[in-house]
Amino acid sequence: MTMVYDEALDRFEPVLGLETHVELGTKSKMFCGCKTAFGAPPNTQVCPTCLALPGALPVANAMAIESTIRIGLALNCSIAEWCRFARKNYFYPDMPKNYQISQYDEPLCFDGYLDVEVGGETVRIEIERVHLEEDTGKSTHVGGATGRIHGADYSIVDYNRAGIPLVEIVTKPIPGTDRLAPEVAKAYVTELREIMRSLGVSDVRMEEGSLRCDVNVSLMPRGSSEWGTRTETKNVNSLRSVERAVRSEIERQAAVLAEGGKIVQETRHFHEDTGTTTSGRSKEEAQDYRYFPEPDLVPIAPDTAWVAELKAGLPELPSVRRKRLQAEWGLSDLDMQAMHNADAFDLVEATVAAGAPAADARKWWMGELARRANETGVPLADLPITPAQIARVTELVASGALNDKLAREVLEGVLAGEGTPDEVVETRGLQIVSDEGELLAIIDQVLADNADAAEKVRSGKIAAAGALVGGVMRASKGKADAARARQLILEKLGVSE
Amino acid sequence: MSAITRDEVAHLARLSRLALTDDELDHYATQLDAIIEAVAKVSEVAAEDVPPSSHALPLTNVFRADEVRQSLTPEQALSGAPAVEDDRFQVPRILGEEA
Repeated sequence: MTMVYDEALDRFEPVLGLETHVELGTKSKMFCGCKTAFGAPPNTQVCPTCLALPGALPVANAMAIESTIRIGLALNCSIAEWCRFARKNYFYPDMPKNYQISQYDEPLCFDGYLDVEVGGETVRIEIERVHLEEDTGKSTHVGGATGRIHGADYSIVDYNRAGIPLVEIVTKPIPGTDRLAPEVAKAYVTELREIMRSLGVSDVRMEEGSLRCDVNVSLMPRGSSEWGTRTETKNVNSLRSVERAVRSEIERQAAVLAEGGKIVQETRHFHEDTGTTTSGRSKEEAQDYRYFPEPDLVPIAPDTAWVAELKAGLPELPSVRRKRLQAEWGLSDLDMQAMHNADAFDLVEATVAAGAPAADARKWWMGELARRANETGVPLADLPITPAQIARVTELVASGALNDKLAREVLEGVLAGEGTPDEVVETRGLQIVSDEGELLAIIDQVLADNADAAEKVRSGKIAAAGALVGGVMRASKGKADAARARQLILEKLGVSE
Repeated sequence: MSAITRDEVAHLARLSRLALTDDELDHYATQLDAIIEAVAKVSEVAAEDVPPSSHALPLTNVFRADEVRQSLTPEQALSGAPAVEDDRFQVPRILGEEA
């Protein structure tokens, strides 16, 4: 049984917590030189170190340390002056060592925050810690149901992913989001993803697991100040799922509590198809992992001058950039949101940098090209056309060499692989008819073919001129300047607007 | 007197997925006691001016450059595996848990 969301929120207040894992985009693994490519054939990116063969020792990847510190700085964290890796011991075959190298009570970065915008309001999410660990291997479970002779359950494991640097970003508990809890959770993960992209530390593809999110939710009765028992939902693999998982878990917990039941502290799994969570294993107590300082790795003591240098070298952060672009381009919140959703900022900014007016750049990317991207199911950035080419088309329109209709044909030609905008104009013959004599000849022909309409205009029914302009556009295959054609038609028929 | 209880040994055994008999629980409790006693001797020499340490060498920041090195072939990687399926290590299912 679940309770509908509004009723659940009338009776309870949610407290959120988010744990996000980001696989770093380093060339090699965290503690060895194996490659980190996604989707490689099984067990082709493994070596004695990440397979835990006797005698192999880990050495930390300098780039992974640097990336983690940059993430911490971008999230306004303090950077540890001295910290250690720790062994997290557990019995599970996804790590061949029987432990995972992680960090425990000495994270590399701590006490930061991230501001996110939800419904026009700024919500500050406090960051508890950002630490560095290694990713685990991938297990595939083979069940008796597959018809094996002995019907025995077993798993098969690929260790390509084992040892890829993984950054864990943990928020402090987030109270006070009230009804906006699902939106806040989604906005936080979205903003985190943007920051990782701007830092260039990860490809943050949720569908490939390089960005993964665990969602903690607890409820307390309205008016209470004592937080309830939380659950941790895993397997949340898209931004939309983050929102749905929070919502569904609020509804489920509310129903349990309303019937006098108790929430069990446990791991739950989110199911994309139903949008609900089911119970996983009960959460092992923290001390069961028997953390202790990793003896095979020496402590990390980031030099303060180096940290200052990394801080100075941070790129413009996404929220700052959005504010700047909105001011520069003079766009509404709604336009900015649409561009954000379409992932169009880089493209429009590059088009403006190539010389196009912002309004035109936005018009083409969010209009014709967004439509095309939608139709073909391709991300906007993957369309076979460059910002410089869009800038060239806007230039041709501004100079009067093309009208909007011809410009659309030029874009179509470029997208079809017919070459640059200038080449498409040339090969398709898309220049506006700028030769007045040629235009007048077309007009004479259209007036002769449409004597009735011409007569109506002559007698003062200027509205009828539209049909004549349409005739000229058709006869010129769209290459006439419609405004100029109208002007010439009216002159010829001896009337004025 | 025994510092390590039978229950604690049973807990450790469960975490390690070891099935121990009652006799073994007592046996290991005694042994673990002896080990802890031996290690505890360190605290006899620990003084205010000796900070606790986890590493024998006073080193920090030992890193490697982010460079790719040759991995093993799947044949090499799987050569020591008790069982293999589809170029993956085959392991018994851990009952009652999901990945």
